[in-house]
Amino acid sequence: MDLAAMGSTTALEAQRRMLRIRRFDERASKMVKRGQIPGTVHTSIGQEAQVVGATMALGDDDYMTGNHRSHGHPIGKGSPLGPLMAELVGKGTGVCGGKGGSLHLADFNVGSLGESGIVGSSIPIATGAALSSKVLGNGRVSLAFFGDGAANQGCLYEAMNMAGTWDLPVVFLCENNQYALSTPAHTVTSGVIAERAAGFGIPGVRVEDGQDFLAVFDAVTEAVERARRGEGPTLVEVVTYRFNEHSEGLRLGVDYRDAAEKASWLEKDPIVLFRKHLVTEGVATDDELDALEREVDAEVEEAFEFSQTSPFPDPSVAFADLYTEPFGPTHLSRDGAKSAEQAFSTIGA
Amino acid sequence: MAKSTMSFLGAIGAAQKEAMDADERVVIIGEDVEANVYGTTGAGKSRKDKGDFLQMYGRNRIRNTPISEEVIVGAAAGAAMTGLRPIVDLSYSSFLYMAMDQFVNQVAKNRYMFGGQASMPVVFRSAMFYGLNTGAHHSDRPYPMFMNVPGLKIVVPASPSDAKGLLRTAIDSDDPVLTFEACMLWGLKEEVEEDEYRIPFGVARTVREGTDVTVVAIATAVPEAVKAADALAEEGISVEVIDPRTLVPLDSRAVLESVAKTGRLVVADPAHKTCGAAAEISAIVAEEAFDALKAPIARVVTPDTQIPFSPALEKQLYPNRESIADAVRRVAGARPRQLADAR
Ligand SMILES: Cc1ncc(C[n+]2csc(CCOP(=O)(O)OP(=O)(O)O)c2C)c(N)n1
Ligand SMILES: [Mg+2]
Repeated sequence: MDLAAMGSTTALEAQRRMLRIRRFDERASKMVKRGQIPGTVHTSIGQEAQVVGATMALGDDDYMTGNHRSHGHPIGKGSPLGPLMAELVGKGTGVCGGKGGSLHLADFNVGSLGESGIVGSSIPIATGAALSSKVLGNGRVSLAFFGDGAANQGCLYEAMNMAGTWDLPVVFLCENNQYALSTPAHTVTSGVIAERAAGFGIPGVRVEDGQDFLAVFDAVTEAVERARRGEGPTLVEVVTYRFNEHSEGLRLGVDYRDAAEKASWLEKDPIVLFRKHLVTEGVATDDELDALEREVDAEVEEAFEFSQTSPFPDPSVAFADLYTEPFGPTHLSRDGAKSAEQAFSTIGA
Repeated sequence: MAKSTMSFLGAIGAAQKEAMDADERVVIIGEDVEANVYGTTGAGKSRKDKGDFLQMYGRNRIRNTPISEEVIVGAAAGAAMTGLRPIVDLSYSSFLYMAMDQFVNQVAKNRYMFGGQASMPVVFRSAMFYGLNTGAHHSDRPYPMFMNVPGLKIVVPASPSDAKGLLRTAIDSDDPVLTFEACMLWGLKEEVEEDEYRIPFGVARTVREGTDVTVVAIATAVPEAVKAADALAEEGISVEVIDPRTLVPLDSRAVLESVAKTGRLVVADPAHKTCGAAAEISAIVAEEAFDALKAPIARVVTPDTQIPFSPALEKQLYPNRESIADAVRRVAGARPRQLADAR
């Protein structure tokens, strides 16, 4: 699709969302270094076109699941930044009330059914959401984000087979950033990931330039439309590159990525590229795009402030939301003589 | 209310049919459910006119799955998070391990991890084929492993009436439920209410009242404990048999009240000894009712070995009327007065 066909509103929204991810993750990285985030985070810096190209191909009501590299997915789907940032810090106002953290962001309001810290493990969940759409006939499509590393988990192939036989409206989106932590994908991956789809009789598409928002958007849009028409799943592999270390603060002491390779990919910054495109095609002026950047900066600043001023959750929250109605061993929960915490700690429930 | 004779398996089928009729969002997925291979997705007596569930409800709601337990369990979870109420037939309980990641990391954690955004109305049924010479790969009793996973509810029915009423409650639950059905009980028959009814979770059934020894029994150990109690009554020992029915939530109060009355506890549990359901129940009683105990607690369980094929080897391993009766005699004869004297 060219920019004229897309329309300036959508094109600018894409740039805004990519920038949100970039600035959000830059801030999160800084916060890790300053000790403002407990634990670590995995950024999507460098992969924004791949993320937003996919999320913007989805409708508001569509579902998605993700993985540990997880801030970009809900942001790309339109989730407000404040509760996401507060979640990274473990605040009560976090999108999961402080119980998920960076690895487990989820915002059901935008169809984000959750990010999985277990590599590959959320692929069946997205497949099930597609089953639900199919049975209920509600037209919703589901998309599973996973990495090149996750592409070697067996559950992906169980899911592609099930989705293929049942024509489920699901898109399997492989974010091939060419490494799983320190392991180059080609050293552990037999054949081409996208070509594996053929074995299940479903389309497999490889987006060679995952730094190009429009290329990703087009490929995923086609897969989403196919799913919505009831024609079943598609595997889309997007080739991209993460600019930062696997996780923030990680020091491996080995250069598993070649310096020249890294430098050549840093040249292909998806946000810089799309900005240029917007200007040359006359969708926006440099001034307008500068203003957009300032708006996003302010948004991230506000989210940061929100994360800092929000209170931590009450300790009792550790015992909430395990079940829809809490219970412990009946001798504790029924007589009310002991606290819920004691009841839970006794049974381990 | 009208009652009719139902088998354990028939009662499960009846509950599934009730739920399918009551709520369009209920679907049944699993291997070979379309052909009613395991006998719980058929129309029962009216099979000739109506066919099986497949003919009654259609393939949209009755779905044969590939043999892919990991995605079966995960997809059921994803479907439950987005508006369906799946009943998953996993056939043999031993196959649950194939989907351990999905059970532990997705099914049990998603509601909690996402701060209550997800609800997970899904039931995972599986049958424990122990005692039937199926060998080590088909005779597991894995419910204690899942009791160890916060976020799951664990049901082990031991009678046709309980199987029907507990399954309805399970399907109504907005939390994930695993039911473990002992195959040796499949043929058990009794009068069961034909109308809909539900049995609340966390409420034990006192199968038989008694005053001398409490036997908490699970699955096939329940009818065996009743047989043991019959025999012991003739010896002058009065046994109270309690079936917890749900292990999570556990009606610990019922157990403690019974032990307060009898002062003696035997737990009969066909799962392995280490970290089994019997271990948990024993620990709760030791923690909460130590003063009431007149004798050490006895566990009658499956020893920590794998399950052999040969009937000559397998039969001896599970709690039966003899081993339960022996344990009751042991705790009843533990001379509480001697213990008191020794203090
Ligand atoms: C089942 C499982 N195995 C291993 C890990 C540890 N781990 C976390 S991320 C990661 C690399 C994943 O690579 P990929 O899927 O390509 O995603 P990327 O980090 O490149 O985005 C590994 C090995 C894990 N979290 N889960
Ligand atoms: Mg990778």
